[in-house]
Amino acid sequence: MSSINEYRPSLLRGLWALTLRELKKWLKDPIMLLMFILQPLIWMGLLGKSMNIQGIFSSSSLSRIQIHDIEIPGKFLNLPIDKVIIPSAVISQLLQQMFSNISTTVMQNVFGVVDYFSYMAVGMVSMIVMTTTMFSGMSIVWDRRLGFLDKVLSTPVSRAAIIFAKILNATFRAIFQATVILILAYILGLQLSQTFTLFNILGVYAAIFLLSVGFSSVFLAFSIRSTRMERPMQFVSLITMPLMFASNTFFPISLMPEWIQIIARVNPLTYLTDAIRQLTILQLNISSLIIDFIFLSIFAVTLSIIGITLSWKYLTK
Amino acid sequence: MNEVIKAEGLTKIFNKNLIAVDHISFSVKDGEIFGFLGPNGAGKTTTINMLITILKPTEGKASILGYDIVKQAHEVRKLIGVVPQEYTADEDLTGYENIILCADLYGIPREISKKRAIELLELVELKEFKDKKVETYSGGMRRRLELACGLINRPKVLFLDEPTLGLDVQTRTATWEYIKKLKEEYNMTIFMTTHYLEEADALCDRIAIIDHGKIIVTGTPSELKDSLGGDIITISIKENADVSEIIRNVENVKDVKNENGSYRIKAIYGEVTAPLIIEALRKRGYTVTRLSLTEPTLNDVYLEYTGRSIRDMEESKEDFRARRITLRRARA
Repeated sequence: MSSINEYRPSLLRGLWALTLRELKKWLKDPIMLLMFILQPLIWMGLLGKSMNIQGIFSSSSLSRIQIHDIEIPGKFLNLPIDKVIIPSAVISQLLQQMFSNISTTVMQNVFGVVDYFSYMAVGMVSMIVMTTTMFSGMSIVWDRRLGFLDKVLSTPVSRAAIIFAKILNATFRAIFQATVILILAYILGLQLSQTFTLFNILGVYAAIFLLSVGFSSVFLAFSIRSTRMERPMQFVSLITMPLMFASNTFFPISLMPEWIQIIARVNPLTYLTDAIRQLTILQLNISSLIIDFIFLSIFAVTLSIIGITLSWKYLTK
Repeated sequence: MNEVIKAEGLTKIFNKNLIAVDHISFSVKDGEIFGFLGPNGAGKTTTINMLITILKPTEGKASILGYDIVKQAHEVRKLIGVVPQEYTADEDLTGYENIILCADLYGIPREISKKRAIELLELVELKEFKDKKVETYSGGMRRRLELACGLINRPKVLFLDEPTLGLDVQTRTATWEYIKKLKEEYNMTIFMTTHYLEEADALCDRIAIIDHGKIIVTGTPSELKDSLGGDIITISIKENADVSEIIRNVENVKDVKNENGSYRIKAIYGEVTAPLIIEALRKRGYTVTRLSLTEPTLNDVYLEYTGRSIRDMEESKEDFRARRITLRRARA
């Protein structure tokens, strides 16, 4: 009979087994999966389409404006007549024409793209990436409470595999969802820039990967110590709002007050969103893309070192 | 190697002041079923958690097949199988997927683990349900699945923590049969905890009674029963008075304990002594209202050594919650 000592439980083997478990759990729950897709769809549909910022510049926005005839006395024009009257209808028509010409320029200058929907849809991607990665580490609370974690700890599987499986799972989910949202957004009218190629998608995934690793490892460390699901959940809902709005997710930073700008500049969501925009809807600006990636990498490395160290300490205590 | 598990002065203190396990020493021999018996909060699970390397002892040491549970934890983990108190199988996965997951955690190659998984599922009679999600399993089925998972690495030592917690009598008896069958099949040493006395009596070769973190007595079930030194007579009297002294003076009576008006009397030749006690009490004007005579059971041993029959839940909130979840699932 063969001895059990022959088997070498490798890190990768354990990592894959545990990741597969999480993914299977996820894929076997079609209702959850549907909700994951519905949620961004509803956000995009409602927020992206209802906040019709371009619409502000349509001629109907000027419909009730009071325009009077302009009278110019003849002597100002050196004309031998009493006065020249420019009728209000003419002014109004001119104004409306100018206004809709301004629209494109204003949108281009403020948002970088002509339509707000594209701008916002990308923001949506980073928002979903953030919440998904925060939430998915939380399953460890259940693993612990139901005794699954203890059972795994009593096997020779590497403790690192337990941690990385959670992180990897968060990343997989985030990438899957981002893909779904981008496809849906494209169907709903997202306009890709001329610099977009399918190759850019890899860049999008890389950026998502960096943010996911950072967020999920910190949230794992936080959840692993919580005896109740409510605590990390409350924490997530506490910080998602400020992170979402103090960033370029839905609106450009340049128009925000100084103090929000400061938060937005250190908010990783800003850099993820900008990176994805650069790679999809904007005219690609390599130098700002590099800055985005540098920041995202710093974020990922710092947070994952903190998160993994804390989780490791807990698991090997 | 005769001593498979060896613990010396094993101690666990939580939060610097809660002594869960207090300098216990014991050894388990090769091929034995060794039972840890004790009330809730006695330190059974804490001991098991230290032995299965998921909790580090505060003091003392223990080894499994010669490997230190702290310094050589990785070696220990490869040699042991664990069937925890809770139902740890993943509800969203099928029984088969759960076993394969366990096998993967031990690094068992797939071609071997697939064969073993089927073999084990057959053994615990779950083969026909192997592709059903675990959430559809009954308590007994889940327990059997846990057993199968714990055996996937062909462990030399199997740890069972309250293997029949929350199961009904029929399922409990059936589970004992599985445990016996598995032990014969794989020739393992088994370390189990329980607070069911009949379980310890039916399964264990040797028992340690543990209370307040200390081992009070160790021995085979029959040794422990014999150690009580005779039969147990329980009587109640009509009057509200302490008659312990009167009983104690009766011939052959070894010990008397007054437990809220009913007397637990230890005596040799119980069937002869009982009438003598009634006689002695009647002479003093007391009326015996109830009498029972029993040969000692493990129950008596247990009460003898742990004192009380009902124990407050000395569990932490989290343990209590986990137990409640386990019980709820068992009933599902």
